[in-house]
Amino acid sequence: MATFNLTVNGQPRSVEAEPEMPLLWVLRDELGLVGTKYGCGIGACGACTVHLDGAAIRSCSLPVSQVGEQPVTTIEGLSADGDHPVQLAWLEHDVPQCGYCQAGQIMSAAALLDGIPNPDEAEISAGMSGNICRCGTYTRIHAAVKSAAEKLS
Amino acid sequence: MSHNQPSRRSFLKVTAATGGGLLLGFSWLTSCESEKAEKARPELVMPEKWVAVNAFLKIGDNGVVTIMSPNPEIGQNVKTAMPMLVAEELDVDWKNVIVEQAGLDTDNYERQLAGGSQSIRHGWEPLRKAGATARYMLLQAAAQQLDVDAGSLRTENGMIFHDGSDRKLGYGEVASLAATLPLPEEVTLKDPADFKIIGHATKNVDARKITTGQPLFGLDLQREGMKYAAIVHPPAFGLKLKSVDDSAVRGLPGIHDVVTIDAAPEGVEMQWSDVNAFPQLVAVIGDNTWRVLQAKKKLKIEWEQTSPLESTADQLENLRLTLQEGKAEEARRDGNPEAAFARAATIIDRTYSAPFLPHNTMEPMNFFADVWEDRAELVGPIQTPEFLRKTVSALLDMPEANIDIMMTRMGGGFGRRLYGNFGVEAALISKAAGVPVKLVYSREDDMTQGTYRPEYLVRYRAGLDEEGRLIAFHVRGTGAGESPVFANRYPAGTVENYLAENISTESNVSTGAWRAPRSNFIAGAEQAFLDEVAEAAGKDPIEFRLELFDRAIKDPVGEENDYDPERYAGVLKLVRDKSGWKTGEDQRGVAAYYCHNSYVAQVLEARLDAGEPRVNEVHCAVDCGIVVNPEGAHNQIEGGIIDGVGHALFGAVTFTDGKPDQQNFDTYRLIRHIEAPRAIHTHFVENNIDPTGLGEPSLPPVIGALANAIYRVTGERVYDQPFVQRRELRG
Repeated sequence: MATFNLTVNGQPRSVEAEPEMPLLWVLRDELGLVGTKYGCGIGACGACTVHLDGAAIRSCSLPVSQVGEQPVTTIEGLSADGDHPVQLAWLEHDVPQCGYCQAGQIMSAAALLDGIPNPDEAEISAGMSGNICRCGTYTRIHAAVKSAAEKLS
Repeated sequence: MSHNQPSRRSFLKVTAATGGGLLLGFSWLTSCESEKAEKARPELVMPEKWVAVNAFLKIGDNGVVTIMSPNPEIGQNVKTAMPMLVAEELDVDWKNVIVEQAGLDTDNYERQLAGGSQSIRHGWEPLRKAGATARYMLLQAAAQQLDVDAGSLRTENGMIFHDGSDRKLGYGEVASLAATLPLPEEVTLKDPADFKIIGHATKNVDARKITTGQPLFGLDLQREGMKYAAIVHPPAFGLKLKSVDDSAVRGLPGIHDVVTIDAAPEGVEMQWSDVNAFPQLVAVIGDNTWRVLQAKKKLKIEWEQTSPLESTADQLENLRLTLQEGKAEEARRDGNPEAAFARAATIIDRTYSAPFLPHNTMEPMNFFADVWEDRAELVGPIQTPEFLRKTVSALLDMPEANIDIMMTRMGGGFGRRLYGNFGVEAALISKAAGVPVKLVYSREDDMTQGTYRPEYLVRYRAGLDEEGRLIAFHVRGTGAGESPVFANRYPAGTVENYLAENISTESNVSTGAWRAPRSNFIAGAEQAFLDEVAEAAGKDPIEFRLELFDRAIKDPVGEENDYDPERYAGVLKLVRDKSGWKTGEDQRGVAAYYCHNSYVAQVLEARLDAGEPRVNEVHCAVDCGIVVNPEGAHNQIEGGIIDGVGHALFGAVTFTDGKPDQQNFDTYRLIRHIEAPRAIHTHFVENNIDPTGLGEPSLPPVIGALANAIYRVTGERVYDQPFVQRRELRG
C-alpha cells in the first residue's frame, strides 16, 4: 500500500492503494466516482474511458502508480453542468438505450473532437470504434459526434 | 442513505395524513429519487409536499407530478414510455413530470417483469386507467371545492377549468382532497385522436443522469459498511466444486472473508428463472472490487466431474445425429406432405445452424444484498424481481414480505437478467459472511457462466410444382434443450401440405432466453430459405412472399395461424415502396418476420469490406400498432438491427472440454462502430391498434435480410452463423 496524491476533476484527492490497482477501481471504489464503468478489465470495450492529461485512456488498464501528476478527468468532471457540447449532442440525439457504455463513449468523443475538431465520417468511425455499445446505438452516436463537431467549430 | 431519511419520513407522513392514498411501502431508492431529480432537472421547482393519489402517481402542491414506472428498465426505454401512458390520461404537461422507478410491489403492480417485449402491451390499459382514475378523482375534488358539477369542469395540462365562472385550480391544489375520495368504478379513456403525449417523440427520462455519470446502475450502488464480493465458478460445464483451500487468501490486505455457498440445495423449491449450471460457488469478500477479483485467483480449488466435458465438435455432431435420427414431436401437419414431396418437380433442401451465444450485457452481473436474521434487502439489475424474491425466500427460509427488492436501471438485459442467480448468490454470500455485500462478476465470470442462447440446427425442405408453386413445406429443428421451430408461424397457413417437427438435443451447457428467443435464429434461417425457394421458383423474393400471404388472406390452410397475413403483407409492401425495391437487386436482400405481436420487414444493402460483409443501409417497416414514443421506438428498432447484424456476423462461443474458448472481448467479437450499418430508415405503419412489442422484433428478420444480401453481393449462400467464421473454426 502507498499513498497517491491525484488530481481528479480539478480536485486534489489522496488515496491509499496498492501501486498496481487500476485507476478505474480507485475512482469507483475508493473515491466514489462511479460514472466511469467497468466492462472488461482488459482495455477492450472502452466503458472505463477517462481523460489523463486530456487524452482518452482506459482506466481499467492503468495502474494508479502511473498517474503521477497528470490530471484525471472523469465523466463527472467533463463539464460543470453536464453541458459539454458532446453531452448536449447526446441529449439532442437521445442516444442512450441502457446507457451503461455512454460515459465511456462521451469521454472518447470529447477527446476525439479535441484532437480532430472537424472529423470526417471515417475519422468518427475509427475514433469511436474502441468503445463497444451492446445495445447498438452506433448510428445515433455517429450523428451526435457530428452535431457536437458542428457546434464546436 | 442517512441524508435521505428526512424526505422519506415526510413523504410517509403526507401519505398517512391524506388517508385515501393507496401508496405504501416504498423503499429507499424510490423515496429519494424525486430529490435526486432536482439535480438532473434544474428547471423544475420541487414541491413542499407530495400527495399520493394512487400507486402510480403522486402530485406535488405546486403541480409537479411524480409517476412511478413499475417495470424493470433494461434499455428498452419503458421508464419513459410507461409513465407517458399515465401522464396522457392524467392530462398533465410532460415537462412537469418526474419519473421514479418503482420497487417490487406485488400488492400494487402487476407483471413487474422485463421480457417478451410485453411491458407496453400489458401496461397499455392499466397504466392509462391509473392516470384516468386520478384525473377523475381530481375533477371530483375540484367540483367539491368550487361547489359546481364535475361535468362542468375540464382539464388541460395539469389544470382544472370551470369555464362557466372563469375559475381554475391546479392539480396540486386539489390533490389532498382527491386522495380521500372513493375510487370510481369505471373511467373513460381518451380517443387516440386526442393524444397529446402518446405518439410524440419523448426523450429518455434518464438521459441527463446517464450523460453526466450519475449513479443509476446496480454496479454503481454504494452503502455504508458495504463489502464487495467476487465468485469463482467451475471453469467448465460438467464440473462442480469439490474442495477449496483458501489459506493463500485469508489475511490478504482488504480481504474480509471466504465462503462457499450452495444456491440449489436439495428440497428447496426453485423457480423457472433459476437456471444455473454452477450453483455451488466460492466467494471472496473484501473492501474493494479489484482486491477481491485479484484475491480469488489465489484460491486453490479442486473440481470434480459430474457429466461429459463437451467440445464444440461433439456438440455439433450431437445436433446432426439428433436432427437426422432422433424421434421428433410432430408439431403441425397440414394435408399430405409426403405425397406432395413425391410429386414435386423441384425440391430444395437446406440446413442452417447457429452457435451458443452469451448475452454479454455491458454491465456484468452484480447485485447488492443485506441479509439479516429476519429480513433482507436486495438491490440490483433484475428483469424478474418477483421470482428472485420467491427463490431467496425459499433459500433463506424467510417470508417474502420480509424481503425488499429494488430494481436498478440495467446496463443491458437481452434476457440474461431473467435468470437471477447472481441476486440469489448475493443474498447467500451476505448471509454467510454477515455483512452487506455487492457481488460483482468479472467479465470472464459473466461470459463463462452459461445461460446462453442455445445452439441450433434446422433443416428445411420445399417442394415446387412445374409452375413454381410451393406445394410442400417441411421444417425440422433441434437445439440445445429446445427446438427453434414455431409450428404455427408463417409459412404455415400458406402451404397446402406442411409439416413441422421439433426435437431437443441434450447438452450440459445451460441455456436461456436471449433477445427474441428462438426467433433470433429461426427467422434468419426461414427467410434465407424462402429466398432460395423464390429463386428456384423464378420469382422476385417480395412477390413470392406476397403470393403466399395472398393465399393466407383468401383461403388460409389450417386454423391456428399465429399471424395476421394482411398486416404481415402490409409491412412487406411498405418496405418495398420505401426502399424503392426493384426485381433483380444485386446488393440488397429482403426479409419479413412476425414475433412479439409485431410485424417487421427489412431491405438491407450489403458490401464487402476487406473480404468481410458490411451493411450500408437498412430500410425497416414496422407494424406494432400505436407507437407510444417514436423517439424510443426508432432507437429500439435501430438497436435490434445492429445487434442482429453483429451477432449474425461475429457472435459465437465455442468449447474445448467443457470450457468456453471465449472469455472476454479480446476473443469474443462484438460489432463495433466502424462495422455498424451506416444508415437505418425506419417506417412505422400508422394505425390505432393497441401497441405491441418493440424491444425484440427488429432483430430476428435482419439476419435473413443480411444473409440474402450477402448472397447478392458474393454469389454464395451462407448457412452457418456466424457468417464471418472465426479462424479457429475455419481450421
